[in-house]
Amino acid sequence: MNALEQLHGQFPDLAHLRPFAGAHAASPHLADPERKAHRKLAASLEDAIAKTGLKNGMTISFHHAFREGDKVINLVVDTLARLGLRDLTLATSSLLNVNAPLIEHIKNGVITQIYTSGMRGKLAEAISNGLMERPVQIHSHGGRVHLLQSGELNIDVAFLGVPCCDEFGNANGAHGKSRCGSLGYAKVDAQFARQVVLLTDEIVGFPNVPVSISQDRVDYIVKIDEVGDPSRISVGAARVTSNPRELMIARFACDVIEHSGYFNQGFSLQTGSGAASTAATRFLEHRMLKKGITASYALGGITGSIVDLHKKGLIETLIDTQSFDTVAAESLAESPRHLEVSTNEYANPSSKGTYCDRVDVVILSALEIDCDFNVNVITGSDGVMRGASGGHCDVAAASNLTIVVAPLIRSRIPTVVRRVTTIVTPGESIDVLVTDHGIAVNPARPEVAERLRAAGLPLMDIDALYQRAVSLTGEPQPIAFTDKIVGVIRYRDGSVIDVVRQVQP
Amino acid sequence: MKLRRSMLFLPGANAAMLSTAFVYKPDSIMFDLEDAVSLREKDAARLLVFHALQNPAYRDIETVVRINPLNTPFGLDDLEAVVRAGVDVVRLPKTDSAEDVWQLEKEVERIERAGGREVGSTRLMAAIESASGVVNALSIAKASPRLIGIALAGFDYVMDMQTERGDGTELFYARCAVLHAARAAGIDAFDVVYSDVNDEEGFLREVELIKRLGFNGKSLINPRQIELLHNAYAPTEEEVEYAGRVIAAAEAAERDGLGVIALNGKMIDAPIVNHARRTLQRAQASGTRQ
Repeated sequence: MNALEQLHGQFPDLAHLRPFAGAHAASPHLADPERKAHRKLAASLEDAIAKTGLKNGMTISFHHAFREGDKVINLVVDTLARLGLRDLTLATSSLLNVNAPLIEHIKNGVITQIYTSGMRGKLAEAISNGLMERPVQIHSHGGRVHLLQSGELNIDVAFLGVPCCDEFGNANGAHGKSRCGSLGYAKVDAQFARQVVLLTDEIVGFPNVPVSISQDRVDYIVKIDEVGDPSRISVGAARVTSNPRELMIARFACDVIEHSGYFNQGFSLQTGSGAASTAATRFLEHRMLKKGITASYALGGITGSIVDLHKKGLIETLIDTQSFDTVAAESLAESPRHLEVSTNEYANPSSKGTYCDRVDVVILSALEIDCDFNVNVITGSDGVMRGASGGHCDVAAASNLTIVVAPLIRSRIPTVVRRVTTIVTPGESIDVLVTDHGIAVNPARPEVAERLRAAGLPLMDIDALYQRAVSLTGEPQPIAFTDKIVGVIRYRDGSVIDVVRQVQP
Repeated sequence: MKLRRSMLFLPGANAAMLSTAFVYKPDSIMFDLEDAVSLREKDAARLLVFHALQNPAYRDIETVVRINPLNTPFGLDDLEAVVRAGVDVVRLPKTDSAEDVWQLEKEVERIERAGGREVGSTRLMAAIESASGVVNALSIAKASPRLIGIALAGFDYVMDMQTERGDGTELFYARCAVLHAARAAGIDAFDVVYSDVNDEEGFLREVELIKRLGFNGKSLINPRQIELLHNAYAPTEEEVEYAGRVIAAAEAAERDGLGVIALNGKMIDAPIVNHARRTLQRAQASGTRQ
């Protein structure tokens, strides 16, 4: 009787222990010098897909750090369609105008279910008009991680575009010709997906540092021509404005911050991707200098204007889950206090610690806001989806002061309405609304209203703002919807806060 | 003393701008029915402005309308509409002589009577856009008690002078002439528009120049310029502090029945007190300079 048999005999519960079978029994690739170094490199995307064993009905995931410059999502789904895969669930951190080619793949049955934070352009229009049988699940950035953790969303294969990686899969977005900055979304997919395929246009020497996605999360690596066009990251939502109305709203928002009671040494802030909230950053500088205060950190959604304040020493640390332009991506590479974080660390409500929980002031935008301060950032005035949940409800729920900025009227359509078309963020999370016609404070925050009034800011009741809007535009006709639900709005904890219905053809 | 630092031009046919422009809070808003409106939109613009003038949103802001010249087919229709709609000030373009003002004044008075509006309540301003206008600036400025000010319009003027806009040298005489005429007549003087809205530095250089010359303010073509202009015209904290002491000294002198006002041993006369009042008024309107 050998030692192992004796062990099994004396301890039946250890019967599963097996004898040693050679140094490379469990790691045969180490026995082959060629495979040892290059085993993760796939010859082609098709090769990588085959190796993952992806099958019909499975779930694939992507990130959207390249925003409108993304080349990965369309490429991979095109390839999957060509390989004859069907009935896939597409779980992407978000979808943009650039993803319009997905319409064909939905029609052909390649994609039958979608999880995303938002949608724009033709794809959003088609889905709002009933393109899909199953409704799209719209989640927040933090809520997406929650869905992954809770097990509702199970990623079989994550296809992650990265600007550079080594042949073991150590990847980052801070370097490479297509650098996009933070890989905050991709980090989560790399953690939760059963298999991870990296797509890159730059394979660099080992080990690649910094490590945003680590080699121990990566199964296969595919070199492709181009993962993304960084110049198109700041196109669309993340833009800098010269519009006088948006600049005026931005200035009002800074007035609110300055007199809110939260503008103190070491405060923390987040500005969303809207034009006015990005512009507000510019006006903060002067006020911070005047008052002699600096911010401990800025969270987000990091833009060039936030980086500028960081470089001037006015914001000590940048916490970056998505870099909104090339300046932010460069700063991530250069500044030791520009920190890349995953969306789990950013905003997942069931995370052990999120940065959004410690935000003092956040500026967010809105497509609509109603007299109860509920905010819609998904559906437009025609009922068609055209936006993204993003981190809106996450940071609104967590921060000490949530400011929504929006023009009172957009091209004859009121932004302040009696009832929003779709609730994404509940009014209880919104403290102040800043419009070009005046500022309204949520009655739940009388102490903030008192401070702003004392500073001489033009406060109005939100109902008065609504009346002002309607007096200028007239009461809009209600949008006609069918009964069919085309989108489910998931709150950050996974609960359903609203649904989107198909617009009447 | 009505503050008139910023006069924002709005094309009369642009309904979207008309529906929101009041939020920018310039000192005056000037609806344009003349050069910014194409021929085919003259009637539409007149109708839009007619309604905008009566909207409560414009109640707290001085409204000015630049009508078409009275010798065009549109001028008199414009005047009929805007005087009846209650415009604060009618701006006459291309004013070459006092006769132009008299002719306008006559028509305004007729419309006021016909429309039941208090005679004299419609104020006027004249835009000077030619060499003749500049030479006649003083008689124009004194032509009517309804006049609140005269404005130099640079584009047509430099054409008439066979030159073009440059560093300001080309406008130097005209600016001085218009400004002196306005001051001699006791009315306001407005400088030309600065058309490169993206050149903030150039704009601020020009504002600094015309402020030092003594202009009340400037015509503006983009709301973004309002804040810049108001800030440039805002006094410094030191100026506000000094003005406060001047006013306090003046009040003390009046209280004590003294004819002479003294501050820190120096005598202060009425123009200094008036200047201090203007300083405080600007500070109240837009704070101190940032």
